[in-house]
Amino acid sequence: MEDMWIKFGQTVICGILLGGMYSLIAIGMTLIMGVMKIVNLAHGALVMVGMYVTYVCATYYGIDPYIGMFIAMPVLFLLGCLIQKYMINRLVEVDSILPENQVLLTVGIMLVLTEVIRLIFNSDYRSVTTSYSSEAIYIGAMSISVPLVIGFIIAMAFTFLLHMFLTNTDLGKSIRATAQDRDAAVYMGVNSSKITMITFGLGAALAAAGGSLLLPMFYLFPDVGHLFTAKSFIITILGGLGSTWGAAIGGLIIGLAESLGATYISMGYKDVVGLVIFLLVLLFLPGGIRSLVKR
Amino acid sequence: MLNKKMLMTIAFALIAVALPLVIKAPYQQHILILVLIWATMGTAWNLLSGYAGQVSFGHAAFFGVGAYSAGLLTLHLGLSPWWGLILGPVMAMLVALPIGAIAFRLRGPYFALATLALGEIFRLVFLNTTNFTNGAKGILIMPAITSKVFYYYVGLGMLAVTVLVVYLIVHSKVGFYLVSIREDQDAATSLGIPTSLYKNLALLPSAFFTGLAGAFYMNYVAFIEPNIVFNLTNISIMVILVVMLGGVATTWGPTIGAALYIIMGELFRTTLGPANVLVFGVIVCLIIMFLPNGIAGELDILKRITQRKKAGLSGGV
Repeated sequence: MEDMWIKFGQTVICGILLGGMYSLIAIGMTLIMGVMKIVNLAHGALVMVGMYVTYVCATYYGIDPYIGMFIAMPVLFLLGCLIQKYMINRLVEVDSILPENQVLLTVGIMLVLTEVIRLIFNSDYRSVTTSYSSEAIYIGAMSISVPLVIGFIIAMAFTFLLHMFLTNTDLGKSIRATAQDRDAAVYMGVNSSKITMITFGLGAALAAAGGSLLLPMFYLFPDVGHLFTAKSFIITILGGLGSTWGAAIGGLIIGLAESLGATYISMGYKDVVGLVIFLLVLLFLPGGIRSLVKR
Repeated sequence: MLNKKMLMTIAFALIAVALPLVIKAPYQQHILILVLIWATMGTAWNLLSGYAGQVSFGHAAFFGVGAYSAGLLTLHLGLSPWWGLILGPVMAMLVALPIGAIAFRLRGPYFALATLALGEIFRLVFLNTTNFTNGAKGILIMPAITSKVFYYYVGLGMLAVTVLVVYLIVHSKVGFYLVSIREDQDAATSLGIPTSLYKNLALLPSAFFTGLAGAFYMNYVAFIEPNIVFNLTNISIMVILVVMLGGVATTWGPTIGAALYIIMGELFRTTLGPANVLVFGVIVCLIIMFLPNGIAGELDILKRITQRKKAGLSGGV
């Protein structure tokens, strides 16, 4: 009986900790979705590129992954800005039958990023091991791995910083204004094309941060991005499009659901759990968690 | 004008029928058969997404269900997988009913995401119900017929029927309703068009022919596995790109797109080695950026522009 509770507690805590890092990736996506109103299918690929930058720092230059992420973030910020400015932004004015053109372009970008990485690093599975990778903290009889805890704390710190940035700085306020009503923001003197560029860069940087935090726990290979794209979608919809706090809470819920699903249903079906939640939320709670809070 | 178009179609049909007499190498014939499969899927996708504007990211579900219907018949009942050509499309339609019921409650990007999730759920379920579907081991059959020419003509027949049916639907009253739903769903509703019903009328044939292509794929390739036939990138998104390249909401766009994509893909694979998918991806980006309505779509626009110029000159505007 006691064993059962230990197992349950451990599952819940691990799920929440992992969810915190998913949140960070999903917040990046929700920012992009909120401001640009597009579904960014390349988001997982950006996470993957961020992970590779941190990986290179760790293995070739011996930089700790938690410091390496501060190199990965600016690199991805720049990459995101360039992608937005020279590729996605061009499509805004293009006249086409289906409005899903931008989504498809992000698919193309995903292909290109994945394949560039594959060309450089092959499809080999890689991992970063640090001195503390296999260490664990014990709470009673429950063991929690150290990278999970560090990752969670850093992820929450970033979420808080981002919240401060969005609510307290001029730039942050402009981003929120553009997300709410682009035309009105433009009338108020917001340079909307600059804002979208920065937002995409910021989203990419957050993706890189989340990826770097997950690096000590995940195998790294060029297709790992698909996993994160799917997760961040689910979280974004769950939290309510464009809502930062919604995404943060959504991430925790998905982490928890996956962890419980993997322990009590089966490893194979744990992704189905997430997808089913996703569909249910789409159908019955289209505004996500945010709409619950408002009610 | 109509006669000219019909003559062109007949000419192309004759060329298509005569092709295997000219191209005899099995590898080239294999590519032609792949083109036919993709053209069929593209045409089917185009009905739902191009004409009715409901962009589906989950057509792999129908393709996979079609393929597995054929495969499971052989695996469990020992029947010839050719019966799958009947069962597969029907099963795909049956699967489409609940999918439509769920996804048509949503619009635009939400619809796309819902279909994406549904497609993935199918992949995972087929992957995990190992007792019934063999899971990741897949299903391998021994094809009774190995002549590529035979498969080519069956595939050609399949494509011809698909194009004809889609053409007839699009040029009937239903087709106009579908386009009106794509252009403005609220306006369509306010004019009294039962939008959900007509979306389903587009989805069912679309699923039917995608399932047919899946069942044919099972017969031709003789090996399926959930990660192949339910693949998000290689099936669901690939079919979108095929249609985008050829021309959304055009009769022959998907076929042109399929021919170009498959031939381009194979050319790159043989000439560029490991960089082939990269070059492919770059081309995908360029096409979407510079040819947003596809080759057939932009041709129409170009024609219209030149005609307008002529009219402008003679009218002295």
